Amino acid sequence: MPAPRPLRDIAVVAFAQTDHRRTSDELSEVEMLMPVLHEVLAQTGLKTGEVGFTCSGSTDYLAGRAFSFTMALDGVGAWPPISESHVEMDGAWALYEAWTKLLTGDADTALVYAYGKSSPGSVRDVLTRQLDPYYLAPLWPDSVALAALQAQALIDAGHTDEPALAAVASRSRASAAGNPHAQLRGPVPRGGYAVRPLRTGDCPPVGDGAAAVILAAGERARELCERPAWIRGIDHRIEAHGLGVRDLTDSPSTRLAAERAGVFERPVDTAELHAPFSSQEVVLRKALRLDDGVTVNPSGGALAANPVMAAGLVRIGEAADRIRRGESDRALAHATSGPCLQQNLVAVLEGDPR
Amino acid sequence: MPEVLKAPLVVEFPFTRSLGPVQSAFLTGLRERVVLGVRTGDGRILVPPVEYDPVTSEEVGELVEVAATGTVTTWAWNHEPRRGQPLDRAFAWVLVRLDGADTALLHALDAPGGPDSVRTGMRVRVRWARERSGAITDIACFEPHEAHEPGGADEPAAHDGRFENPVTGIVAPARLDYTYSPGRAQSAYLHALTERRVVGERCPSCRKVYVPPRGACPTCGVATSERVDVGPRGTVTTYCIVNIKAKNLDIEVPYVYAHIALDGADLALHGRIGGIPYDRVRMGLRVEPVWPDGGGHPDHYRPTGEPDADYETYKELL
Ligand SMILES: [Zn+2]
Repeated sequence: MPAPRPLRDIAVVAFAQTDHRRTSDELSEVEMLMPVLHEVLAQTGLKTGEVGFTCSGSTDYLAGRAFSFTMALDGVGAWPPISESHVEMDGAWALYEAWTKLLTGDADTALVYAYGKSSPGSVRDVLTRQLDPYYLAPLWPDSVALAALQAQALIDAGHTDEPALAAVASRSRASAAGNPHAQLRGPVPRGGYAVRPLRTGDCPPVGDGAAAVILAAGERARELCERPAWIRGIDHRIEAHGLGVRDLTDSPSTRLAAERAGVFERPVDTAELHAPFSSQEVVLRKALRLDDGVTVNPSGGALAANPVMAAGLVRIGEAADRIRRGESDRALAHATSGPCLQQNLVAVLEGDPR
Repeated sequence: MPEVLKAPLVVEFPFTRSLGPVQSAFLTGLRERVVLGVRTGDGRILVPPVEYDPVTSEEVGELVEVAATGTVTTWAWNHEPRRGQPLDRAFAWVLVRLDGADTALLHALDAPGGPDSVRTGMRVRVRWARERSGAITDIACFEPHEAHEPGGADEPAAHDGRFENPVTGIVAPARLDYTYSPGRAQSAYLHALTERRVVGERCPSCRKVYVPPRGACPTCGVATSERVDVGPRGTVTTYCIVNIKAKNLDIEVPYVYAHIALDGADLALHGRIGGIPYDRVRMGLRVEPVWPDGGGHPDHYRPTGEPDADYETYKELL
């Protein structure tokens, strides 16, 4: 079944991100976020009050404070009142909400932003709180441990081995050499085991960062951007929360989301995959049927910078930037959330034909 | 610039959760050393059990008893256990498909032989916790079980899920530790308080002075940077009389809680009013801070004795 064409043409017209760093304790969240908001607005010439809809992604658990996202609203000029929403998820899902808002015709432009400071706490422990509270959370299985279970399942199934995982990690960080925002660049040691079979080199850096995107519909997008990155399709799917119910070597939710977003209708030239662990790239490549002709994570991906809650939005922004710069004509962007690729969002972005 | 402040922040919460019939039976079963699964419409047996089929979303509730022995379907060696995890020495995380079940349960495997003694496909059995209360931690962990006993437990038996004194809820304690840093603007504000000063920040665009400063003007969406001393005197813009004694707070009721516009600020902050009978507090009352020994936030504000401020001077700050 071909994916239905969206009701309106909607594009990413601007993208900005912070330099992602291990700590940013001299900055509050809003202080970290504001330069990115200003940059993305400056790219389009829009003023805060002119944006039709604003949507953000973040999580209170990283900050350790309830309703922490309301403080960040100071940075968007929320007075007089604006049309605004928030998702307690990665900003890629905030972008999905903004996209649907633009589809309805209620707005022609949207500002989407996301941020996460992992440095104040222990992100491995924090992420255990998103697990099933009855059967999983009381055991405190951390994010690295769960990814390691998935990696071992892949090795047992013959889909990868430790040297192949190391190659994924080293290719990612080599690509990140050209990304001034990345946290880890160039040769990074494989390191000792974090949780075997994953070594520290297979795991994402822990860091702080933010990102923002502006969406615009139809002619508005052409006014704001020379070569808009049109969102041809976007979809997100979720799998059973019970890890032991799932086949951890595959990602049917990613495949289904890709199908519904229209990925398989024509080849893509670029894929920005949100794979915080090297082993997860193996799963995603298979689910998305990416061959060697596709440039995967030219930004370095989440292995080079993983600002929790913003890393997925960064994937969409990086893919869009490739199109806006004319380096790609049809790109795939993917975002994930939850343990072992539980939830997956896939978007297809295209530039105008040249 | 003064150094950015940091302080430990502990977030602790005991989540109290109720259980449905399936989870209640499963967790009560663990207390009684019985492992229950649930049968789906297509005959698969899910352990741990859920109330719906993850594929069809159909409600399920037919309970069966499975064995306390099983097979590792995948594993990961955890050489550095973290707080709260099942064992305090190196162990393997495992997904275990118990004999009779079609899905796997996550838990810890105590493997004294180290990572080389663990493999996918190895046989394990439940090690029960000595004290059991009806929680997933009633399984202390799994342990290797290479015994050559005859099978027999492979055919799961129907179970009515009834136990005496079933557990109907769990308390899931959680604790997360942070090092909180309030950032540049609020650090400066807190530093100034130690010197019995109050500082705000002026918006470069609308010129409003915010106190306490949060680093941004919520109206203009731009960074505030120009530091401005405000107060310490101010005007009560509005107030309420509190008649409920707060827990752990050594303040006699009734007392007055007020919004106070410090001189030079464009935003009122709040504080307690003391040194005047509660029923004499009024809008426009001029007040000043009473500082605690050693600095910090004012303990309360008291009347200065000046004439009341004219309504026109503070009506925009209400
Ligand atoms: Zn302003």
